[in-house]
Amino acid sequence: MRIILLFLLSAACALAEGIKPAIVYDFGGKFDRSFNQSASEGVARFTRETGIAFRDFEVTNATQRVQVMRQFARHGYNFIVAVGFSQASAVEQVAPEFPDVRFVIIDGNVDLPNVESVNFREQESSFLCGMAAALSSKTGKIGFVGGMDIPLIRKFALGYEAGARHVNPKIEVFENMTGSTPSAWNDPTRGAELAKSQFGRGADVVFHAAGGTGMGVMQAAQDAGLLSIGCDSNQDYIHPGSVLTSALKRVDVAVYRAATAARNGSWVHGHVTFGLAEDGVGYSLDEYNRAILTPAIEKRLEDAKRDIVAGRVAVPEYRE
Amino acid sequence: METYTLIILLLAATIRVATPLVLAALGGLFSERAGVIALGLEGMMLGAAFASAAVAAVSGSAWLGLGAGMAAGVALALLIAVACVTFRGNQVVAAMAVNIVVAGICPMLGLAWFDLGGQTPQLSNPGQRFAEIILPGAHAARSVPVPGLLYAELVSGHSLLVYLAAAIVPAGAWVLYRTRFGLRLRAVGEDPEAVETAGISVAAIRFQAVVISGLLSGIAGTYLATAASSGFARDMTAGKGYLALAAMIFGKWRPFPTLGACLLFAFTDALASRLEGVPLPVVGVIPVQFIVALPYALTVLLLAGFVGKAVAPKSIGVPYAKDK
Repeated sequence: MRIILLFLLSAACALAEGIKPAIVYDFGGKFDRSFNQSASEGVARFTRETGIAFRDFEVTNATQRVQVMRQFARHGYNFIVAVGFSQASAVEQVAPEFPDVRFVIIDGNVDLPNVESVNFREQESSFLCGMAAALSSKTGKIGFVGGMDIPLIRKFALGYEAGARHVNPKIEVFENMTGSTPSAWNDPTRGAELAKSQFGRGADVVFHAAGGTGMGVMQAAQDAGLLSIGCDSNQDYIHPGSVLTSALKRVDVAVYRAATAARNGSWVHGHVTFGLAEDGVGYSLDEYNRAILTPAIEKRLEDAKRDIVAGRVAVPEYRE
Repeated sequence: METYTLIILLLAATIRVATPLVLAALGGLFSERAGVIALGLEGMMLGAAFASAAVAAVSGSAWLGLGAGMAAGVALALLIAVACVTFRGNQVVAAMAVNIVVAGICPMLGLAWFDLGGQTPQLSNPGQRFAEIILPGAHAARSVPVPGLLYAELVSGHSLLVYLAAAIVPAGAWVLYRTRFGLRLRAVGEDPEAVETAGISVAAIRFQAVVISGLLSGIAGTYLATAASSGFARDMTAGKGYLALAAMIFGKWRPFPTLGACLLFAFTDALASRLEGVPLPVVGVIPVQFIVALPYALTVLLLAGFVGKAVAPKSIGVPYAKDK
């Protein structure tokens, strides 16, 4: 009798709360001041507004992904967010085993009836950052440091270069990828060295899309008295006056929106893409970079943003 | 002139990249010449990187960070020495165990102490890092075309630890070849029985040698965390300890050839980051995967055929038992 009562009680609770959410962060952890942190901000906002706490896990080893997702699903978590392209295969594996659990994969594509795939048009924010870089560069040379050499990062690079050429067709863009393994996301020493090599060739603004490696890139720019552009989260505060702007990727918005939809029962599986039009990507402007991102540059960026949203300016997209 | 500038900058980058390799490789050389395999360089460097970054972040002093880095390197070295010398354990297993433990424990401690996903806080205050030192007259020298630039970019403008590394190689060579301690150390690596017969403790010499390797790897790790970058990140040594070991073997267990090997590896690395995306004559643009693999591919090639026979110290890897 008591057991049945308990069961009814817990079932009632589950109904009242709607969802029992969990999130799996990728390498770097939820305080990486970048991609994962953005996701954790979305979680924090959702928890603040609804009082529903997320269970979370920070992956430190590739084999943990499948295990932890299974664990969560088995323990009654019915809404699981997987952050990062490298979790796509784990979601693909676990999702069919738990058809009642709703999965969200950020930066990946999984075609299953209980998975929502969220992607971003990073090329659009990168385009604006490329413009900002070209407008701020005095030497007519700018740099790009990517993390792991994957199509996602090529997307950033391509948009960045196109944005720079949009402002100055003759601009020279140096491009470096840190490596071809996941360790490329966490090699600040190499990031700094790559940035220095680009400065040596004359670049005076460098954009990183390299996770933890980017910390080294921004440090090198600060040390050399030059400019850097942050990525994913707003990183302007890390080196005030040296970080020109940050290419924002609103993973927080995506996580918050998906969780809210799941709670309201309006969640649907399928593919969603966030771009400038949806405010899913953008560039940052705050008190830390106000002095270097001048109103003149801001106006150019805002104009370009409108043009991109209206389809008057085409941003090239990287195709695999 | 522009080509000249590029070459100078390339060489300056070579020196920066080579510094941790040189320090670690020289440490490894001491350890191996005494007969203890130096596979633990990677772990000692990583542990030191974490300790130095954590202490520098909390105390605000790069010097305290260096002290902590060296202490961490020595502590891990003692662990290896106890396992390999006192208890005569398998040296490869002991060293790899240290590497694996350090790789796990540093992010764990970082997570517990700083809550930054296993990283340490960014070292943003000037006193927390070993900044680049501008030697006197470097700014003035810049206006003199050829030797001026050489001085301003190549000689001046490095972190203090780079100059330290440059001084440590001849010092290490002197200790190894010109002092009684060095002679005994080398003898222990070749024929420990003979040394023991002469009334010298093999264990004591090996302990000292391993501690020296920990000390030097400690400086190398500190350089990575507080000079080359600004803080600790998970697995930030990224195989540099193994690369240092390869450089030492490539240098045939001798200080100056080892220095040369480190510089060569660093040069290919520095060159690689400059070659990326640049169309070359005949071959065109080289793919990034190839460029990243270049230093390692070169190592294998050189070790396979170009350096001649590399003879290891005779008793390397063999635990010494007095009563055998």
